[in-house]
Amino acid sequence: MDEGQINSVGALADPTRRRAYELVVEAGRPVGRDEVARELGVGRTLAAFHLDRLVEARLLEAVFARLTDRTGPGAGRPAKLYRRSDAQVEVTLPPRSYVEVGSVLAEAIERAGADLALQRVAFERGRAASSQTMDNALRERGYEPATTPEGDICLRNCPFHTLAEEFPPLICGMNLALLTGLAEGAGWPVTPRMRPEKGRCCVVLERQG
Amino acid sequence: MNLAQLNVARMRFPLDSPEMKDFVDALPEINALGDASPGFVWRLQGDNGDATGFRPFGTDDVIINLTVWESVEALRDFIYRTTHLEFMRRRREWFTYEGLKNHLVLWPVPVGHTPTIEEAKARLDHLDTHGPTPHAFTLRQVIGG
Repeated sequence: MDEGQINSVGALADPTRRRAYELVVEAGRPVGRDEVARELGVGRTLAAFHLDRLVEARLLEAVFARLTDRTGPGAGRPAKLYRRSDAQVEVTLPPRSYVEVGSVLAEAIERAGADLALQRVAFERGRAASSQTMDNALRERGYEPATTPEGDICLRNCPFHTLAEEFPPLICGMNLALLTGLAEGAGWPVTPRMRPEKGRCCVVLERQG
Repeated sequence: MNLAQLNVARMRFPLDSPEMKDFVDALPEINALGDASPGFVWRLQGDNGDATGFRPFGTDDVIINLTVWESVEALRDFIYRTTHLEFMRRRREWFTYEGLKNHLVLWPVPVGHTPTIEEAKARLDHLDTHGPTPHAFTLRQVIGG
């Protein structure tokens, strides 16, 4: 197993640091150390220490931006903000290589032209899943749901990102079918639709009515 | 350099059949979306405003589209990160790639050059024969800058 991956996971062993990581992820926008310190109830220096360790472990990345609209002399220097990095950390013990299997299967399905069979299976699985509240079901599957100003649910993380980048129509189509099955099966008051946008899942759950 | 793209597909039903209606109805909207996308340069079109009238493979059920973009990223952003993806998701309802080895080929073209259908077919042949090379490659295996 890759040393970097172990270090990435190891960085989360400290409960305060793990909470700092979760705060940044849940915020869905870059956040500064002051905000994290406030939320965690720790000092700014300690918050910055944990955030910088998470950057070293490649779980977060630092960006610099001004928090106010002021520019020019007197505006102060840009603040250091933190957001989740694009790096994917996967640790399976003993080693199992599901991403590779997924990639091989996806290519085979694409060659066989069996997209519609894949969508059918995904829909049926979604519909048969035990009914849960929408929020819990989406969270558990790693979608990181958030409500838009229009009242729709957007999904801030794509659980299938690696494969979706490689086979977009196939995997995004599967994902839409899965979410449609989940919504129908559990009677959520939403209609899943393909509305792709960079940096988040391609499906938006549109509020009904 | 710009990037040329040829896409070929075998229709499962005649273009004017009810099965193809959703595809045909979406063409003006999707073509307009493409034309307005960042990095779009050119697309092949006939008098009807799209490329469905061209049958360069000598069979009535194989249609093509031929476009030019500023970069692979611009092309990817249009096909995978707009409403276009919704129609790609449904491609098997309307199309099959049976009897076609590759159905998409990309190749570099000088800025200002408009690719011909013959040129595009030759690039597809090259890809079929030699696999992805800087002369002709695919979205999954982009070769060269």
